[in-house]
Amino acid sequence: MAEDETPEVQQLPEIIVLGPPVVFETYEKEFCSKFRILRPWESTLPLSEFLLAHAQNTNAALCSGYFLLSTAVLRHLPSLRLVVTTSAGVDHIDLSECRRRQISVANASTLFSADVADLAVGLLLNVMRQISAANRLVKNGLWPKTGDYPFGSKLGGKKVGIVGLGSIGLEVAKRLEAFGCIISYHSREKKSFVLYPFYRDILELAAISDVLVICCALTKQTRHLIDREVLLALGKKGFIVNIARGPIIDENELVLCLQQGLIAGAGLEVFENEPHVPEALFSLNNVVLSPHSAAFTMESLWDSYEITSGNLEAFFSNKPLLSPVLDK
Amino acid sequence: MATPTQKPSSPRQQLGQIVHLGLSSFLNTHHKEFSSKFQILRPSESKFPLNQFFTAEAQNTQAAICSGGFKLSADILRHLPSLRLIVATTSGLNNIDLSECRKRGISVINAGNIYSADVADLAVGMVIDLMRKISAGNRFVKTGLWPKQGDYLLGSKLGGKQVGIVGLGSIGVEVAKRLEAFGCKISYYSRKKKPCVSYTFYSNIHELASVSDILVICCALTEQTRHLINREVLLTLGKEGLIVNIARGAIIDEKELVRCLLQREIAGAGLDVFEHEPRVPQELFGLDNVVLSPHFAVYTEGASRHLEEHLIGNLEAFFSNRPLLSPVLDDE
Repeated sequence: MAEDETPEVQQLPEIIVLGPPVVFETYEKEFCSKFRILRPWESTLPLSEFLLAHAQNTNAALCSGYFLLSTAVLRHLPSLRLVVTTSAGVDHIDLSECRRRQISVANASTLFSADVADLAVGLLLNVMRQISAANRLVKNGLWPKTGDYPFGSKLGGKKVGIVGLGSIGLEVAKRLEAFGCIISYHSREKKSFVLYPFYRDILELAAISDVLVICCALTKQTRHLIDREVLLALGKKGFIVNIARGPIIDENELVLCLQQGLIAGAGLEVFENEPHVPEALFSLNNVVLSPHSAAFTMESLWDSYEITSGNLEAFFSNKPLLSPVLDK
Repeated sequence: MATPTQKPSSPRQQLGQIVHLGLSSFLNTHHKEFSSKFQILRPSESKFPLNQFFTAEAQNTQAAICSGGFKLSADILRHLPSLRLIVATTSGLNNIDLSECRKRGISVINAGNIYSADVADLAVGMVIDLMRKISAGNRFVKTGLWPKQGDYLLGSKLGGKQVGIVGLGSIGVEVAKRLEAFGCKISYYSRKKKPCVSYTFYSNIHELASVSDILVICCALTEQTRHLINREVLLTLGKEGLIVNIARGAIIDEKELVRCLLQREIAGAGLDVFEHEPRVPQELFGLDNVVLSPHFAVYTEGASRHLEEHLIGNLEAFFSNRPLLSPVLDDE
């Protein structure tokens, strides 16, 4: 690691990379031109030993959305002042410990919101209009033999319940309105700048909705927010799309409801135990699965590089962070 | 519910007589409603050849329902001498000899825009599928590859992409409206520039292809649009370009499309329609960047209801000498 470091590199500010995140792997050269990089995954040492040996003076960390930045890890980084996560979500970071130690946290902010919303709508269209299933049917040579295909579900006029009207939820709402959907939402609080009907009770929202789109953050309050009761309220003709975090839905219950035909279908981009997906879903034609890649378009990866390196540079030059979630 | 009558002719003669040309699962499903209002002749269920059936049974028939797959040729029209009205179940009329209808003074009504939203929804669904690799990702996960390969499928952002709509009719307008909400930039090619439309107009299909990232085919099939999308247009669309067709298969030169996809001259395609349905070029079956569907863009529960209203409404009006609900087409 440090063997081939030139004097120029040694002058660069040091960051530890945890994950590593996809954006680091894609733009490694660019990151290396700005920062001196600690790469724990390249070491044979277990993480805690690596941190003890090499990262005691490190002030900044670049962290992937998958890396569990727990209290234990944070305790091995005594000089840490900044965490930059490539994700929009911060549920993988022990925020109360960061707050206690006055460690700033920056995330991807609204960078991915449009792309994630695009995928949410794409998944919904795919499930309701059976695009993937029909694709498989035709490619298996079954079209001439099966005759007419069963009816898909019309989007126009359907009631869509958005769970979490943050920046992603708003982008989803805007898109689905163009299809003639009618939007309502559930959120911690009513949003004053929005005209969509607000439902404080998730069960009420599910009961009046034809579609639920999960767009909220994962917190203690939202874990298993969508449970069996909510799914039953959504009903046999209801669809659910989740592009937020797997644990917001009780996955076991979701699988049961789908197997028993208690909801009409699901589009899922996130799961409780990624990359493991309940195999019971593999054979269901009314379920469309995506390998948690919503944020990843070629364009957004570059944007992600810009915002993460921008946050790190701002920190090292004592300038305000670009996208702070927690700031001391 | 219609009950069999003792008197063989009176009640039935009061019902207007319609000949149903072609096959329609819709009419089969809605058999009861139609039979209670009209007397329907079904040549497809007869063992006699069509023209023989018409000569024997349909010499006085004034109205026809024509399904999309049925080739309503001049020859057939000659065997239906009393025909005054054709109600098509489709929006497309490329299967009907319209000039012969005009000559004979037969009014033709199509399905208008009852399907437009549903068709546009499928077109946009295919665009997003191709751009964000949804069907490919679904297969990736369902074949158990995610834990093994850990690959992420890098898609392409929709916002800012140039979409070229070929044919800005009622479907094209619905596609444009939807894709605008994703931040796409809309241009179009049409026979004539549309007034009151802010999208950029191109009178030349090659120019549209050259500025577009995605082409969405929404026009009618006519002599002018047959093979409109040929090899040259596809090459102009380019290696990063996508094409979606929910209109009619023959608007694209299918052999050339297959060649361009196999040679990676374009990036992908979404196709609901084909030149020789239900035959689909098998070379497309193994391509992950191609999404295929069995000409089902209109098949939602909502469209079925609208079609029923369209057919029954117009036919009832015709037989009661009231104005028809839908405009009569004098030019496709």
